[in-house]
Amino acid sequence: MTDTILRFEDVHKAFFGVTVLEDVTLDVARGSVVGLVGENGAGKSTLMNILGGVVTLDGGQLLLDGEAYAPRDPRDADRAGIAFIHQELNLFTNLTIAENLFIGDFPQRGPIPLLDRGKIRKRAQEALAMVDLAVSPDVRLERLAPGERQLVEVAKALSMDARIIIFDEPTTSLTARETERLFGIINRLHQAGKTIIYISHILRDVMRIADAVAVLRDGQLVASGPVSDFSIHSMIAAMVGREIEQLYPDRTSQPGSEISLELRQLSKTGISYRIDLALHKGEVLGVFGLMGSGRSELARIIFGLDDFDDGEVLIDGKPVKKLSPTRNIGNGMAFVTENRREEGLMMEATVADNLSLAALPAYRTRLVNTVRSGSVATAVRDSVEALSIKVNDAFHREVKGLSGGNQQKVVLGKWLMTKPSILIIDEPTRGVDVGAKYEIYEIIDRIAAAGTAVLFISSELEELLGMCDRILVMGQGEILGAFDRTQFDEEVILRTAFREHVA
Amino acid sequence: MTSHRLTMPVLRNMPAILFVLAFALFSFLDPRFATFTNFSNIASTSAFVGLVAVGMTIVLLTGGIDLSVGATMYITGAVIGMLLQQQVPMLAALAAGVLVGTLWGCVNAFLVAWVGLVPFVATLVTLTMGRGIGLLLTESRQFILPQEMAYAASSYLGIPLPVIMFLIVVVAAMIFLRWTPMGRQIYAMGNNVEAARKAGLNTRRLTASVYVISGFCAALAGVILVSQQGSISAGLGQGVEFDAIAAAVLGGTSLFGGIGSVFPGTVIGVLLVQMISTGMVYLQIDLYLQDMVAAVVIFFAVLIDALRMRLLTRLERRNIRVEKGPDQPATMEKAAT
Repeated sequence: MTDTILRFEDVHKAFFGVTVLEDVTLDVARGSVVGLVGENGAGKSTLMNILGGVVTLDGGQLLLDGEAYAPRDPRDADRAGIAFIHQELNLFTNLTIAENLFIGDFPQRGPIPLLDRGKIRKRAQEALAMVDLAVSPDVRLERLAPGERQLVEVAKALSMDARIIIFDEPTTSLTARETERLFGIINRLHQAGKTIIYISHILRDVMRIADAVAVLRDGQLVASGPVSDFSIHSMIAAMVGREIEQLYPDRTSQPGSEISLELRQLSKTGISYRIDLALHKGEVLGVFGLMGSGRSELARIIFGLDDFDDGEVLIDGKPVKKLSPTRNIGNGMAFVTENRREEGLMMEATVADNLSLAALPAYRTRLVNTVRSGSVATAVRDSVEALSIKVNDAFHREVKGLSGGNQQKVVLGKWLMTKPSILIIDEPTRGVDVGAKYEIYEIIDRIAAAGTAVLFISSELEELLGMCDRILVMGQGEILGAFDRTQFDEEVILRTAFREHVA
Repeated sequence: MTSHRLTMPVLRNMPAILFVLAFALFSFLDPRFATFTNFSNIASTSAFVGLVAVGMTIVLLTGGIDLSVGATMYITGAVIGMLLQQQVPMLAALAAGVLVGTLWGCVNAFLVAWVGLVPFVATLVTLTMGRGIGLLLTESRQFILPQEMAYAASSYLGIPLPVIMFLIVVVAAMIFLRWTPMGRQIYAMGNNVEAARKAGLNTRRLTASVYVISGFCAALAGVILVSQQGSISAGLGQGVEFDAIAAAVLGGTSLFGGIGSVFPGTVIGVLLVQMISTGMVYLQIDLYLQDMVAAVVIFFAVLIDALRMRLLTRLERRNIRVEKGPDQPATMEKAAT
């Protein structure tokens, strides 16, 4: 029998009468790396929030080293040696790295509550050395790149001398290189005997770093065991409860010949360099690039959120002098941003209000410029149905209560209601589970089949290979290569992105 | 690029630069301006606004606001006036005044941190209600204070007592904000409340304490103002919230929380506001115009602040490419960050 450090026993949790965790029993072996997977809404976060003291459980219990453990707040978890690295970083950009590390528990000089800056500095340096971050602890956090901030969060966990470290989707904002670095550190922590719980949608990563896997579906533990018992396919099957034969729907249409959007030598100092791009009617054009390649920045320029220095933009063959979101929307353009929580949705508003937001002008009465609520309601109902958004009352439920996949469908639906002729989508499946991904791909195919030109920006090459008619590869703000569907080759495209040209 | 590199330090140090500019302008226009007596005057008339502004800065750092400070000053004054009339010893009366004023700050703390009202609304309620209580206590009479009160407005070692008090509070606030865990946690909370909560900080206690501190500072300011004026009237402390917020913002404190400092920030802000109004008196600018000039100055300060924030975020955005020259393609190396 292996040594169990942590045991979840018949854990039960319900929010507002909806069961999110049902009789979950799971043993975590000391010094193991457990990959926790499941679709959004399967209960992974809730389970970890219970462990981290963010929420309390309704039934069952936790056993830590064989003793009952019932944290009431995050500090209890800290004291028990459990560190939680959340998906959104819980750091303060206006403070220094050292201050961030010790914000909850500053070393003080004796009984007077004065900071012991010397000690703080020294301990911060030690913690930073453990994550290979060669930055002074006195640097303000705002000056660090996202990946470096993630490492600060890890250092924080280490400085608390945590025994169990929970990583919740730690790689979503990291570049490939930073991800490698993080895995190196996780490996080292593993060797040092720490227990790690790793939550991720990227199953390849889970296969790589975990030695045990636990799969949640609808609040229940449906599979668990050593990683050697699993394959990516069997994990997906366990997550969705059925075999998914196909990860991508068949494309049902061919791109047209008319050009909807054309960029000629578009440049912006420090951001983009001589971008040439032609997006055809009914085409799904992929833009692939690593983090920091200038993909999203290009989308922002096209949509008129940022300006450009040089070059030409043509919409439907007509040159456009100045781009602005209002004008672009008027020209039939729509933009699904990368960050749905902050930029794409009003989280506190209802599903219906979010869906109808962009299309409201189309539903106004001529005479007094008020909205015809009847037709808006019909349109909302139609799109909830067409996109199969899972919500029991679209007119009263707030968006923040939906799962990631359904939230993303609301963002898509919002723009589809404007019947766009050009649709820019940036990372539409980030943080979305397998089942919802497939549905989103189907929606994209339907949009293209209806004649809309789709610019599909993503850092997941696989989905672009599965969905696009053509793929452009970006790096350092330039187009590094273009590939037709017949030339699709994962390795060649990746090499292009990394600028390792094949001879 | 080069011009930007130049504008950065200029924008970062805007409060100090404005201060020097205003000083140079007034000194040039009126030679009497740059005298020690005048400075002593400016310092001692800014002391009470300064005290309020220190408390206000700490509240603003959490992203909150305290509109009730003027009412707190009035309540403090009213309590002192009433107790003195009852022949209560002066020091006891002053202490009671400060205590009651601080308690009024506790009401704000309760409304914001426990009831969960938006700070703007909560302190608007306590502003209105506080003025009402003050009027009720004094029956809207004016109190003339006994002669001995004026000692509080006297000097010690050549420095006016109010200025000494202001300096003590400034130093205490500096130490509090920079060197205590709570001070750093206030900055943290102003930057990201949600993260603060998840980091295990007691955000409710932190929120509550800034309003209590602000109440205490306003009460002290009340004591100073009544002793300087020698009387307590219904208008006591009216409009001081505007001056205090203006001073804090002029000194670089952000209304969104997390950014700002008591020293040099707010201290410079307070002196700047006071210097401008004194300067206008020297230049004999029409009394009716003075408020407008003050408003215009504050408008520009806030405008510059907004421009500064916008430019700073633009300049600090990381570039994707290293531009070698206008016509060369980027280098093969990954952009340095």
